[in-house]
Formats: sequence, C-alpha cells, structure tokens
Amino acid sequence: MVDWLVIQFHTQLGFSIVLLLVVIPAVLTGVGYSTYFERKVSAWLQDRHGPNRAGPLGLLQPVADGVKFLLKEDFMPAGADRPLYILAPMLSMGIAMLGLAVIPWGGSYQPAGLAEPLQVQVAGLDIGLLYLLAVGALGVYGVVLAGWSSNNKYAFYGGLRAAAQMVSYEIPLGLSILVIVLASGQLRLENIVEQQTALWWGFLPQWNIFLHPVSFIIMFTCVLAETNRAPFDLAECEQELVGGFHTEYNAMKWAMFFLGEYTHMIVGSAFMVCLFFGGWHVPGLAAEQTTLWGVLLQLAVMGAKISIFIFVFMWIRWTLPRFRFDQLMRLCWKGLLPVSLALALVVVVELFFNVPRSYWSLIGEVGVVAVALVAVSLFRIPVTGRQWYLPDLDNRTPLRGGSV
Amino acid sequence: MNFKYYIWVILLVSSAVLLCGGQTALAQESAAAAAIVPASGPLEVIFFWVLAIMIIGSALWIALTGSVVRMAVGLFFSFGGVALLFFLLQAYFLGVVQLIVYVGGILVLVVFGIMLTSSSPHVRYQVPRMELATTGLVSLLLFMVLGHVLYHAPWSTTGPQLPVSMNELGRGLLTDYLVPFELAGVVLLVVMVGAAYLARQEKR
Repeated sequence: MVDWLVIQFHTQLGFSIVLLLVVIPAVLTGVGYSTYFERKVSAWLQDRHGPNRAGPLGLLQPVADGVKFLLKEDFMPAGADRPLYILAPMLSMGIAMLGLAVIPWGGSYQPAGLAEPLQVQVAGLDIGLLYLLAVGALGVYGVVLAGWSSNNKYAFYGGLRAAAQMVSYEIPLGLSILVIVLASGQLRLENIVEQQTALWWGFLPQWNIFLHPVSFIIMFTCVLAETNRAPFDLAECEQELVGGFHTEYNAMKWAMFFLGEYTHMIVGSAFMVCLFFGGWHVPGLAAEQTTLWGVLLQLAVMGAKISIFIFVFMWIRWTLPRFRFDQLMRLCWKGLLPVSLALALVVVVELFFNVPRSYWSLIGEVGVVAVALVAVSLFRIPVTGRQWYLPDLDNRTPLRGGSV
Repeated sequence: MNFKYYIWVILLVSSAVLLCGGQTALAQESAAAAAIVPASGPLEVIFFWVLAIMIIGSALWIALTGSVVRMAVGLFFSFGGVALLFFLLQAYFLGVVQLIVYVGGILVLVVFGIMLTSSSPHVRYQVPRMELATTGLVSLLLFMVLGHVLYHAPWSTTGPQLPVSMNELGRGLLTDYLVPFELAGVVLLVVMVGAAYLARQEKR
C-alpha cells in the first residue's frame, strides 16, 4: 500500500489528488470572498460603503457570516419532505463542484527528473467539454427539489421556473459551445486552450473571442441563466415569490445554496475563460511555461480572468432589471436559439471551405447578426418586449384621469 | 406478514448475488487488462463497490418508497451511478451521454411531470398486495434469467481492452452507421413534432 502510494505520488494520479486538495479549499475560499466582493460591488454601484465592520475593510465578513450560518437555529417546515429537503442543498453544491474536475488551471508542470509533464488539471478527460456540459445540465435538480420538498407554493413556483429556464437555456449554450468545438476540432479543454496560445502578427493572441464574439455573448447569456443570476434570477424573484426556491431554507442549508450558486459561477467563468479567453495563457508570453514559477504565473492569470468574469456577473446583477418570464423564454427560443443555430451552420460552411479559425469566422458571425437584425426589423419578429398577440395597448381600459 | 418484507429479502439477496458476480467479472477484467493498462490499482475496486452500493441502494429506494418524487430522486442516483461506472471503465463518452440523455434530459422531464401532477409531498403511492406479489414474481423470474446469462455468457477477457476513442466513434457514426444514426434522428423529430401537435391548443 505504501509502495503504491509512493509510486502514485510521482504520477498524474498523485498530482491530481494533491491538486484536488488545493483546488476545493481554494474555490470555497474564493466563494466566501465572492460574497464579500458581491456586497462591496453592489455598495460601490449604489454609492454605499458595504461591509466594513468585521476586520480591516470588512475583510473578515465572510468568516463572520460562516460562523453565523453554523450557529443559527436549523429548523424545517412541518410539511416538508424531510430527506429531499436535506438532500436538495447538498445536491446543489455537490453538482456545482463536479465541474472543477476538468478545468485546466495552469497548463502543464515539468518537475526536474520526470519524463512526462504533469497536467495542472484534476482529470484530463478526452471529452472534458461534454463532461462540463453534462454536469451543468444536472444543476437543475437542487433547485427543483428544494422548491418541491419545502411544501410552499412560492418555493414550488420558483423550482418550476428554474427547471423550465435551465432546460431551455441549455440548448443555445450547447450550440454556442458547438461552434468552438467545430472550429477547433477538439473536445479536450486543455487542447482548446493550447490552440489559443499562438499569436497573430506577433502580438495579438489567437483567442476565440476575436473569432467568435457573438457565440461568446450567447454563451455568456446562457451561463447567466444557468447559474440563476440576475437578470435571469426568476427562480428567486423576491417581488413575486418571496425568496423563490429557498424561501423555507435557513442557516447552513441556505448557505449551501449560496455556495452552490457561486461555485457554479466560478466553474462557468472558468469554462468561458478556457473557451474564449485563452485559459491560463498570459498575453505577453507566447508559449506555455512548464517551470514552477511559470505555472504559478499561469494559475494567477487564470484566477485573474475568472475574477474579471465574476465582477462582470455582479456588475450585471446590480445594473440590469429582471426579465419577465415570458420575455425570458422568448429570448431563448426566438432569439438565442436561431442565432446560435445559424452560427453553428456558418462554422460548418467554413469547415467545408477549410477556413476555420480565420478572419472568415468573424465575418460569418457579424454577417449572421446583420441578417438577424434585418430580418427582425423587416418582418417585425418579436424577440423581447411587448408582443403583437398580447392585448392591444390602444384598446386597454384607460387609467382614470388620463389616456394610455 | 407484510408483502413488503418478501420484496426486501428478494431484492437484498439478488443485489448481493449481483454484486459478487460483478466483482468477479471486474477481477477477471482487471487481471486481463493488467497486461495492457498498467494502472489498475485498488482504487478501482473501492470505487466499484461504492458505486455498486449506490446504484443498488437507490434502486431499492425506488422500489420501496411510497412518494413518487422520492422515486425520481432514487432514479437520479441510479442513473448517475451507472454514468460514474462508465467513467470508471474509461468509457467516458458513454458516461457523459448517460448523464446528458438520462439524468439531464429524460429525468428532468419526469420530475417536471410529477411535480405538475402531484399536489403535495404527503401523497403516498399505495400498491395493492396482489400487484406487489405479481411484480415480485416477475422480478424474480427476470433476475433468474439475468443471473443465468451473467454466469454463463462467454465474457471476452482477452479482446481489445482500450476504449474506443472519440474520434473513431464520431467517424463511425457519420460513415458506417450513418443510416441508423439518421433514422434515430428522424424518429426523434417525428416524436417532437407529434408532441408539439398534441400539446397545441385547438384553434377556435
């Protein structure tokens, strides 16, 4: 047994285990500080101070919150389905963490005296991308079960909304990922990242964002919807549903939903960074670094890119108002889905003419958007906003004291 | 005596037998695979047992619980466990497809349907005793057939142990097996159109 452990420690398996022991606490700490960050960002956007009592600059606030969650009375509604009520937050958090396994955090590390470099990745699956997609599809269960088992109609509505929303947004998400898969011809995340480390004209990194900006916007929208973040947080819409699916939750169980949401955000951001922003690639450095310091630098750059995404998530949350549910569904089925299908078709055409990952990609994407805009305006296709088949504005009963 | 206990006993015994069968099969597999794939340590065996217990335990839960949503949750763990078993056997694509199609697709619809139809967590599904006995009998027969096949089938332990790569799989689907692949797609499309037609509101 000891021999086996010693042998494993110098191989990918041992390294993966060590990495797992590093990644999970790091991500959980990151999640804790994301909540702090979220409150600071919201305060900044609303011209307030935000948390500033616990520790310098309020930096100990997540710790204080954690203690509070653990010490709070843990009660359960009388009519709840006990096992499912307890299971739901666990599923929510556990499933969100599954995605961490395939994300390439920092390229590969070549220690002295080892024949093959070690991948800085817990599991280098052949189909890492599909795995992330599959795991993302499971995220709906925690929310749905929470809504159902609480025996509360608001929670139940929240759960149903979340289910409908996540199932719908998975489709454009998958299609926009398909664009990258087709263009790069890879399903391994680390290979997709590696492909983006080359340079154009000696200085511009070949990140997919420059080639497929529209796919990126679609994917970003879908990730927002999949993580149930504003403006798509209809599952926990306070004005209509009290607290949505977590109305009946408190203490650590509620905190686990929160942790799950932020972990999902981190995984989603890492996913987008890998697909569109060159993953661990440092713009100034052309090639992959395999020394210890190089790997650490790449890890830091990956972390910085993820942090920028999380900031954008928060920025959007505290800036944009929430969608109405019918608008949400229409945006997905009539807006994102046709456009992402068209983008996938365009990439197939590029593959046919053997010009993927060239300026033709950008032309194709822009062309699709132009055609979509022309079609929407010419045929007056309703994508968001008020619909022609809803009651006519002019025939409404006028409000007292004025016309409509 | 309640019929439920008979079912318990039958299921427990059958699961124990199945577990042992699977264990021996895995042992043979890994012995044969050791020549080709060097990394087959004790981890595989541990994970196999954990997964087997998870799959069979959740299957038992499906059979024994009275609440329909709990059955769906049991199904979730059962499907998930099978997917993880595929991962353990290095059939990553099968595992991911299992996750996407069964857990992420079909089961979500099942849960959706259940939630829209059942009104409260306290409704319990009551099975008549006669029904329980017949299902028990049928399951026993099925188990006997499956067990027979499991023990007497000529398992190939010398063939190619390395899994088919994604590349070959995709090429196969689009060349040799294109017609069945397309046929399955057409069938699914027909189903989808039919469902949309059935669900559509009648125009008045």
